[in-house]
Amino acid sequence: MSDYISHDHEQEHDGIDRRGFLKCMAWAGTGVLWTISGGVVVSKTLAQIAKAGVSLPAATDLSFLQISDSHIGFNKEANKDVTETFKIALDRINAMPTPPSFLIHTGDITQLSKPEEFDTFDQLVQSCRTKDVFYVPGEHDVLNDGGKMYRDRYLKKVEAKGSGWYSFNKNGVHFIGLVNVLDLQAGGLGQLGDDQLEWLEDDVKGLGADTPIVVFAHIPLWAVYPQWGWGTSDSERALSYLKRFGSVTVLNGHIHQVLQKIEGNVTFHTAMSTAFPQAAPGAAASPGPMKVPAEKLRSMLGLTSVQYKQGSSSLAVVDSNLS
Amino acid sequence: MMTFIRKNMKAILLVSLVGLNFCVAAWGGDAAGVATTTDKKNTIEIKDFAFNPPTLKVKAGEKITWINHDEEPHTVVSVGKKFQKSSALDTDQEFTITAGAPGAYEYFCSVHPKMTGTIVVEQ
Repeated sequence: MSDYISHDHEQEHDGIDRRGFLKCMAWAGTGVLWTISGGVVVSKTLAQIAKAGVSLPAATDLSFLQISDSHIGFNKEANKDVTETFKIALDRINAMPTPPSFLIHTGDITQLSKPEEFDTFDQLVQSCRTKDVFYVPGEHDVLNDGGKMYRDRYLKKVEAKGSGWYSFNKNGVHFIGLVNVLDLQAGGLGQLGDDQLEWLEDDVKGLGADTPIVVFAHIPLWAVYPQWGWGTSDSERALSYLKRFGSVTVLNGHIHQVLQKIEGNVTFHTAMSTAFPQAAPGAAASPGPMKVPAEKLRSMLGLTSVQYKQGSSSLAVVDSNLS
Repeated sequence: MMTFIRKNMKAILLVSLVGLNFCVAAWGGDAAGVATTTDKKNTIEIKDFAFNPPTLKVKAGEKITWINHDEEPHTVVSVGKKFQKSSALDTDQEFTITAGAPGAYEYFCSVHPKMTGTIVVEQ
């Protein structure tokens, strides 16, 4: 049970400043072990959530799932069968008594951007009961063609702008999909770029400050560990456009582990991979696939469920693993 | 302008046919050449998300080969597009170019841009 880390954000904001929240963070081997003053930390599986709704909003207006970092095509020691573990993740979704409204995939569908890897993924994801999927690319999806194949496959239906960014509304929540894996500069981090940032500023201009915002992108939009490239160089500017909103939830992938930070009204959250874990920041010589004992692997893979109840101040984010 | 080093076209064909896993580009980018043997002297190892050695000195006309030992794909991309970029190199894949005009050439991995290196070409 200790592998499940979740947090119910239903509490009022308690006035803890940024420094206060940062103090609450602590790195741990399988994710982040964190406590927030006034918050509720609970542990449960997806099945339990669906069955009982324990300590989640009794009547949820919107529930969706984040899956990430499938890395179809990867076949090294860290996980020789990423297709199988992705299937298990889909089985978990299909086993939920109430299926999520939609899925968000936060990038790295494939290992090497190969058409056959995308094909395998597309075929597998069809077996999911939830058909509606929103995508943002990871750097592994845009290796050789600047993301053209990815855009053709996954971003046509959302009428994405520029290199693939877009927004949409569901149940009063405004969702924003951003691309921070293209045109990266030597020595730098993930990057959104001026065009995308200008679009973002414009996109949220007309929204009331009480509109809940969900931002999703592959590379974390906060400085998780810049030494390993785990951050986005111009994310501060993006967040400056979202400051006035009462509830902002930022969902990222890329680092293959659960980490969370709360800063003011913004909750940053990274999801597990369905393929292989990576080391905690700085805990290895480099990032990259981390080998763990076979019996431990599935406890370090997983997905993220997000629930929203209209009128509440924020969203509940719950991670569950595949073991 | 870079010096253009022409390769033996017969050798290209032969090596392509035997299916060696080399990604190759001549400095200057308008013709491909193939390294039939890896010149160990000018090999840059990619390991733990780093180019090693980070700075390599070569003579104009010498071959330079990158080899990826990580389980993560990497690329070799010239800052300012001064030489042809590699495709994504999977584990154990190599990329070879022939050094052109003297000068210092910075490059990076476009997938993990924190990874940077320099080639210094001497006369």
